[in-house]
Amino acid sequence: MDLSGAKKVVIIGGGQAAAQACASLRLFGFEGAITLIGEEPALPYQRPPLSKAYMKGELAEERLYFKPAAWYEDQNIDTVLSVRATKIDRSAQTVELEHGGAVPYDALIIATGSRPRELPVDGADLDGVFDLRDLADVERIRPRMISGHKMVIVGAGYIGLEAAAVARQMGLEVTVLEMEERVLARVTSPIMSQFFTDEHTRQGADIRTGARLASLKGSDGKVTQAVLADGTELEADIVLVGIGILPNVELAEDAGIACSNGILTDKDARTNDPRVFAAGDCAARPLVHYGRKGRLESVHNAIEQGKLSAAAIMGKPRPTEDCPWFWSDQYDLKLQIAGLSTGYDETVVRGDPEARKFAVFYLQNGKLIAVDAVNSPPEFLASKKMIITGARLAPETLRDTSKSMKEIAATTA
Amino acid sequence: MATIIYVDHEGTERPIEATNGESVMEAAIKNSIPGIDADCGGACACATCHVYVDEAFMEKVGAPEDMEQSMLDFAENVQGNSRLSCQISVSDDLDGLKVTTPESQH
Repeated sequence: MDLSGAKKVVIIGGGQAAAQACASLRLFGFEGAITLIGEEPALPYQRPPLSKAYMKGELAEERLYFKPAAWYEDQNIDTVLSVRATKIDRSAQTVELEHGGAVPYDALIIATGSRPRELPVDGADLDGVFDLRDLADVERIRPRMISGHKMVIVGAGYIGLEAAAVARQMGLEVTVLEMEERVLARVTSPIMSQFFTDEHTRQGADIRTGARLASLKGSDGKVTQAVLADGTELEADIVLVGIGILPNVELAEDAGIACSNGILTDKDARTNDPRVFAAGDCAARPLVHYGRKGRLESVHNAIEQGKLSAAAIMGKPRPTEDCPWFWSDQYDLKLQIAGLSTGYDETVVRGDPEARKFAVFYLQNGKLIAVDAVNSPPEFLASKKMIITGARLAPETLRDTSKSMKEIAATTA
Repeated sequence: MATIIYVDHEGTERPIEATNGESVMEAAIKNSIPGIDADCGGACACATCHVYVDEAFMEKVGAPEDMEQSMLDFAENVQGNSRLSCQISVSDDLDGLKVTTPESQH
């Protein structure tokens, strides 16, 4: 559908994808009305630092925001904050708001993000039990980050491990509980899991895998104890829950927009309604380098789909899809991830984990599909390019540290 | 405070008043300077804020650290005066600094 005559774009959501869509629409020359409807009181801000530098108090709040408030005024973008959108009426082409009123659209971008999966145990609602998703969560958590206090982290994904690193550096006693047999089980290989387990252990965190939380107990409404399925009791002054996120698809689903673990989109970030787009955590998109659809929870994805939807609305050529990429900071380790390792049949280690500078490459039928690079930007950046080109690499080539990644990449070009 | 002058690949200059302590990248993002994307928000993870530093300021800006240098090695059209603008911190010393954005980032 040609939307070049669109005069009103509405964006539901106030995260990174929403901010990018606003910026890209204006950059692509959209002169009509833009309305951003956000549930949070804050203007769009960066989430990654919430479990890293910001949590640790090393980054001022002001530096989290993508754009200052004045930018939205200058760009004539109407930001409707602390307001929940309650319904998308596709026939009337309006978005209804919780306190009444409806905002009309010619094109709609759903960037509703995701929410933390709730802890399904008794005591999850006790004071001192926190999710880590929003700025407001960090504001609640930070006063409880007291040196010597005991923190139990439920879930050893990136959020859990990043928070564990921050908490250790702030002097808390940290126990991490993971149901699976290894940390980061959903996202990486056993080699990397072992490396991060060793690192956190060395830094004084107690990593417990195969550990199922049974309940949380408290006194006077405040959490004091985590009880495991095997009966183990752990003291806890603060409990942090990081057991994954769920895409916020309900608004789209209720409006009859096709969803399947995310709002289904095509390559242009367009849903099955040609006037409606979805961007960011909430969207299930074609993963063009992998020949399947999937949902990505990342900065790269939020930015890219924000741009894709803006380009489609403006009838601009589709921006080139980048290789998915991610990063995680824990202690002095910078983990940079390119690609998606799901389905790998071979791993190749380059460098020495003992030296805290190494990479694990993931191959599928000899083709490079992903890399986890620890303190190794060349491995990350070279792989990003080689994954896009579908490079085939012999394990001995990748292992050979006498050749630079530039030289290796050149052999595949 | 320092005035940072952003020059695009066509030579258009955009002077911005930047605050001490913020990065040259952050000042650019706040002011929607074209050619600086900074996808990772300044975590030195993406190399999308590559700039060329005016030769006159090379000494004041200083040399990149290891992590930044290896990111730069893979950026497009790298020159001797290439830096990642997220790693340059604004100070009074940098008043008048000119940075040029590479054509490949536009």
